[in-house]
Amino acid sequence: MTGAKQPFEAVVAEHGATVLRVCRAVLGPHPDAEDAWSETFLAALRAYPGLPADANIQAWLVTIAHRKAIDVTRARQRRAVPVGDVPEAARAGGAAGGPGGPAGGGDDPAAGDEDVWAAVSALPVKQRQAVAYHYLAALPYKDIAALVGGSTEAARRAAADGIRNLRTAFAGAAAKGADR
Amino acid sequence: MTSTVGEPGVSALLGITAPGDGELRRLHDRLATAADEDGILDIGYTTIDSPVGPLLLAATARGLLRVAYQNEDHDRVLSVLASRVSPRILRAPQRLDAAAREIAEYFAGRRTTFDLPLDFSLSHGFRQLVQQRLPQIGYGNTRSYGQVAEMVGHPNAVRAVGTACATNPVPIVVPCHRVVRADGSLGGYAGGPAAKSTLLALEAA
Repeated sequence: MTGAKQPFEAVVAEHGATVLRVCRAVLGPHPDAEDAWSETFLAALRAYPGLPADANIQAWLVTIAHRKAIDVTRARQRRAVPVGDVPEAARAGGAAGGPGGPAGGGDDPAAGDEDVWAAVSALPVKQRQAVAYHYLAALPYKDIAALVGGSTEAARRAAADGIRNLRTAFAGAAAKGADR
Repeated sequence: MTSTVGEPGVSALLGITAPGDGELRRLHDRLATAADEDGILDIGYTTIDSPVGPLLLAATARGLLRVAYQNEDHDRVLSVLASRVSPRILRAPQRLDAAAREIAEYFAGRRTTFDLPLDFSLSHGFRQLVQQRLPQIGYGNTRSYGQVAEMVGHPNAVRAVGTACATNPVPIVVPCHRVVRADGSLGGYAGGPAAKSTLLALEAA
């Protein structure tokens, strides 16, 4: 089977979690992230037979996810829900137990999640994207630059600034969690 | 990513973006359904338990494409389908509902013929001709390789009939297990001799 393409099922199994993390980091803990995941894999399945056998599949998927997240964000804006309200909306959805709520109703909500989400949503969009693509999906900075615009160096700086901001928020959340 | 292990910002992000329990499975199923509706699920598959071990069932939109025994290595079978038919393959049990039901009925002794659309795109020429005629050997009966050769109008093609049976892409449903040696011994079988005798014993009961 040398050089042969693996069944798409294996692509979903191998990269599904990473792509969901990326969608969620970019869009927030919101059903929109699941919609972006679905649109990403549906588009990927459609194009899969034409993908070169030696392609970097994860980078390819992140590229599609980037575009699908933008589509979802635009659709959300058309519904007149301000982007800045993402974490608030997500918390409301989680409290209501709505389908596809934050972390799928995970069994161990860590103390301070809301603080981290607040920090993520407070990041400038390019920082949020750069952090998600580089730290969650190992996308090289030059590929990130191609997606979000600007130079490779700017993408590197955006990721570094973003992760520093998150680190600060994480430290704050941890301290707050310890107080409980 | 190893260079970021221990980075608190990354840990925080990994913590809050983690998929929930069953979330990826639910998303996968939603994807399979949407792909089927969009006509881009070229092959859907599932695995079922049976008295002859776990069986892989795979189908195109045209019909049942492949039934594979565990000893054929299901992952390897799917890889072959990816290269020979299409890599657009997802686990999609709903596409195999009818096949799974009929096979279960067969093993329960409640079904003697299969009424399933078949996709023979994995076999060609004489092999496909033989495979398409095998259902003419009725439940509980057997024929020798030579008799099948005569049945398809090529009495000298005994060896080729053997190859056609050995390469049957949909065993059980296309009953190559009903073809045995002229001396009454079992002959070969993709699922192994034990599976072949289990099927023949089931049908003799």
